[in-house]
Amino acid sequence: MSSSTPLLAVDELSVVFRGRGSDPEEVRAVDGVSFTLEEGRVTGLVGESGCGKSVTSLALMGLLPDRGVSVGGSAVMRLPGGEADLLKLSQRRMRDLRGSQLAMIFQDPLSSLNPVVPIGRQVTEILRRHRGLRGSKASKEAADLLYRVGIPDPTRRLREYPHQLSGGMRQRALIAMAVACRPRLMIADEPTTALDVTIQAQILELLKDLVTEEGTSLLMITHDLGVVAGLCDDINVLYAGRAVETARRAPLFADPTHPYTVGLLGSIPRLDAPRGEALTPIRGSVNDNIAWTDGCAFAPRCDHYTMECLQGPPQLVTAGAGGGAAAADGGAADRAAGAGHAYRCVNPVRHADVVDRTVLESPAVVGDDEEAQG
Amino acid sequence: MPTTPSSQNPSRAEDASDAGGPLLGRKAARVDRLAELMGERDESGHGSGIWRTAFARMRRSPMAITGAVIVVVFVAVALLSPLIAPYSPTSQAWGDEVFPNQNIFVGPRGENWLGLDNLGRDQFSRMVVGARQTLMVGVVATLVGFGAGALLGGAAGAASVLGGRWGRQLDNVVMRVIDMMLALPTLLLAVTVAALVGPSLTTVMIAVGVAQVPVFARLLRGAMISQGNRDYVLAARALGVRKRRIALTHILPNSLGPVIVQSTLTLATAIIDAAALSYLGLGNPDPAFPEWGTMLADAQRFLSSAPQLAVYPALAIIVTALGFTLLGEAMREALDPKLRK
Amino acid sequence: MLRFIVRRLLQLIPTLGGLSILLFVWLQRLPGGPEYALLPDDATSEQRAQLRRSLGLDEPITVQYLAFLRRILQGDLGASLQTGRPVLEEFFTRFPATFELAVTAMLIATAVGIPLGYLAARRRGSVLDFAAVGGSLLGICTPVFFLAFILKVVFAERLGWFPSAFRLSPGISRTDLSGFAVLDGLRTGEFDVVADALAHLVLPGLALASIPLAVIVRMTRASVLEVLEEDYVRTANAKGLHRNTVRTRHVMRNAMLPVVTSIGLLTGSLFAGAVLTESVFAFPGIGSFVYAATQTRDYPVLTGFILLIATMYVFINLLVDISYSLLDPRVRAQ
Repeated sequence: MSSSTPLLAVDELSVVFRGRGSDPEEVRAVDGVSFTLEEGRVTGLVGESGCGKSVTSLALMGLLPDRGVSVGGSAVMRLPGGEADLLKLSQRRMRDLRGSQLAMIFQDPLSSLNPVVPIGRQVTEILRRHRGLRGSKASKEAADLLYRVGIPDPTRRLREYPHQLSGGMRQRALIAMAVACRPRLMIADEPTTALDVTIQAQILELLKDLVTEEGTSLLMITHDLGVVAGLCDDINVLYAGRAVETARRAPLFADPTHPYTVGLLGSIPRLDAPRGEALTPIRGSVNDNIAWTDGCAFAPRCDHYTMECLQGPPQLVTAGAGGGAAAADGGAADRAAGAGHAYRCVNPVRHADVVDRTVLESPAVVGDDEEAQG
Repeated sequence: MPTTPSSQNPSRAEDASDAGGPLLGRKAARVDRLAELMGERDESGHGSGIWRTAFARMRRSPMAITGAVIVVVFVAVALLSPLIAPYSPTSQAWGDEVFPNQNIFVGPRGENWLGLDNLGRDQFSRMVVGARQTLMVGVVATLVGFGAGALLGGAAGAASVLGGRWGRQLDNVVMRVIDMMLALPTLLLAVTVAALVGPSLTTVMIAVGVAQVPVFARLLRGAMISQGNRDYVLAARALGVRKRRIALTHILPNSLGPVIVQSTLTLATAIIDAAALSYLGLGNPDPAFPEWGTMLADAQRFLSSAPQLAVYPALAIIVTALGFTLLGEAMREALDPKLRK
Repeated sequence: MLRFIVRRLLQLIPTLGGLSILLFVWLQRLPGGPEYALLPDDATSEQRAQLRRSLGLDEPITVQYLAFLRRILQGDLGASLQTGRPVLEEFFTRFPATFELAVTAMLIATAVGIPLGYLAARRRGSVLDFAAVGGSLLGICTPVFFLAFILKVVFAERLGWFPSAFRLSPGISRTDLSGFAVLDGLRTGEFDVVADALAHLVLPGLALASIPLAVIVRMTRASVLEVLEEDYVRTANAKGLHRNTVRTRHVMRNAMLPVVTSIGLLTGSLFAGAVLTESVFAFPGIGSFVYAATQTRDYPVLTGFILLIATMYVFINLLVDISYSLLDPRVRAQ
């Protein structure tokens, strides 16, 4: 199963968008995110819109614009030729890696497909680029790929254009392109958000199967805790550009520690809740935050905050040993070795009453077992 | 990107490659959209919110400032021309110093800042007084195009949105005619009109104006139809507001943005087209009365021997047209979130 | 595809029909009516009455219109007042020259405009972008005929790099096969004719290209800027495709769609612009002829020219629609 060194170790990743010319305001979209990704596992990045999840994925893929953006930190990945920091590689090298070692699935399948190029061409072009397949060989492989992601009558579909396909079919086609060269790492950025609920489950099922069959690691970016519960082995909760809680699936749902995680879990409507019981939403919006350097960015929205929360940035703390938290500096090695449950809070929630087994048993979860992961 | 999934799609077009960072672009785009929504929610339906943000944005745009400065100077010179011009533009006081046949011209000198024209008239005075004529040509032509075009397009748009089946029929017929007019290049349309009326300054103004009618008509109609499909119109109809009131107080004011932008751009086109009509001999037949287009057309004859006679009015036309174009383009960018920087 | 073309052709009928009505009304409204256009100014009222009868002008207006329509469909546009020859014939003999000029202008405009627009978009905010946008605004704001004069005075009269007038130099003799000087020269192997004809096309071609060039630069730039932000470009990059593949297949393929439309519209206006440029260079095409017609109020020629341009415009639009449907599968589906 997972080897000793992680497939990808992201350490203190930061992305700053600089304002242009007369408007030099900086926006820190990602502010020191660290997490690791083990081979053959599904890792979730969870958070509200604007927390920096998508920017993180684009930074890893090297797809951020060249100008006006500065990226810091490191993202070391195990590659065939040894380890390399994705953030330091040349554009040319990244182009070679993208599609072959790293692949990405985007949120909106319609706008992510070129409207004027047939589906077949869009699949074969990646086969040609990275595997050197051309002509009928490439078409055959493309048809096989489409078939594998569950598109019926693939040879006909190859000739069709994106607008002729249904939403689910388009996302399957995009997934086919992503898995075309058996990448080691696949990043899925909200792959089901734009789809109908029934299709969502199918796509999640497909992703899960592909991970199991190919041994590909999947970085799943989502705001949907149902998806997380159904698919992810390891979970990183992001808030305002930083990871605020990191844990395996079971501990996170059983024992959420950061008030933000607790809030997220409390915001999910439950079928078995007594009638008339109100949801417990998180106050305010993601824009109501303070800079991490001043204290906990979540403090303005937090029910638990104390003056302590505003005394500089909270450290990442490893959970366990009855709450006797040991400070960790956020280094990747520490967490890989430890139990893996860490949070960034000086006043964490103990035994949250939102512990919610039912989320774990949501439809998408069926058939997967936490124990199997050890 | 860190926007909500639902807002990401519609915003895609407007962040047209913000090199400074997609994040900033999208945030600002969200603000824009908000401004637009607020404009729509405005009780009177005047959409002042859009205009206010657009104005604020234009104040920072070098394009808008350059355009505005040129336009202001031009209008000031045109309005104050009798005070500025040192001599009469028609007086041939220096007629005995210029002999075009022998290639004898008088260039700039202390007495005549821009020299003399081919009949020995003060070129500077003619340029200054010509500004007024040129402004008049531009404004009248634009008013003609705007007036007739807005009437046609507005009627078609309102009929299409509110008139039911008959309205759509009417809209169809009007737009067919408009499309046929669009099938002719504006200059050709102007030439045909000018051929009907005979050469004069009025001809030029009417011809250039008529040539712009289909543009205005289509623009206003398009804007009105897109506004008519908005929810606030539906809401007004559901509340039982009378149709004419909806058209006049809700749809029309919100549709005027692109038309006003077009008017600014048309002022530039009108000045250029007027020059072309003068060149074709359809302009002001009385050369004593200075107008830049006529001056330019007349001076072509001496371009080899006295290029300055053509260059002054040509530069004046180019700079003025550029001023209106810059202003119009800046307005368009400021008003239209899709074209926003 | 064939059904699409047939359907579009059928849609042309009402447009052209309506256009003929407009033209008919225009002719009716001309000072003195159509007979004025066909008779010298000093014609007696008797002559006029006779002409009215012979033209069927005393018939009901609908009959007149149908007769007018029949004449047009038969290609009878009347005779030029300047030359006395049929207008259509005059156009035919001059068409090759103007066509060569228009093609030259369009080639200049697209060959320069599209790459320039693309580069301006890629290097947004750079000096190049600023120059491209500023230059195209300047191009739009410069009266075409003035630009033509400047080119003529500077490059022909002062520098002597290019000929200043006509289509061929006086000493050159050529075998006339089709009226197209460049094509004929290539076919007969008279390369001196080709070179000479091309040299004569440069300056008027540049002047005529100024407006389409400006429009294409701005159009391409705006379109590329929009496409660069599209998700499918990001997808293409995420697939690790070569920069050139992304550029051609994903960016340009989509960005060219609106540009193709505008190229069609611009081609129509080229022929109108030819009136302003050809006259400056004494280029013996339709433009010079029509310029002379505006000076002499040669109404049959003007009418014929309007009809020619409108018909051309309509058919160019058809071509644009067809090429659009070839380029964009979404249009084909509708």
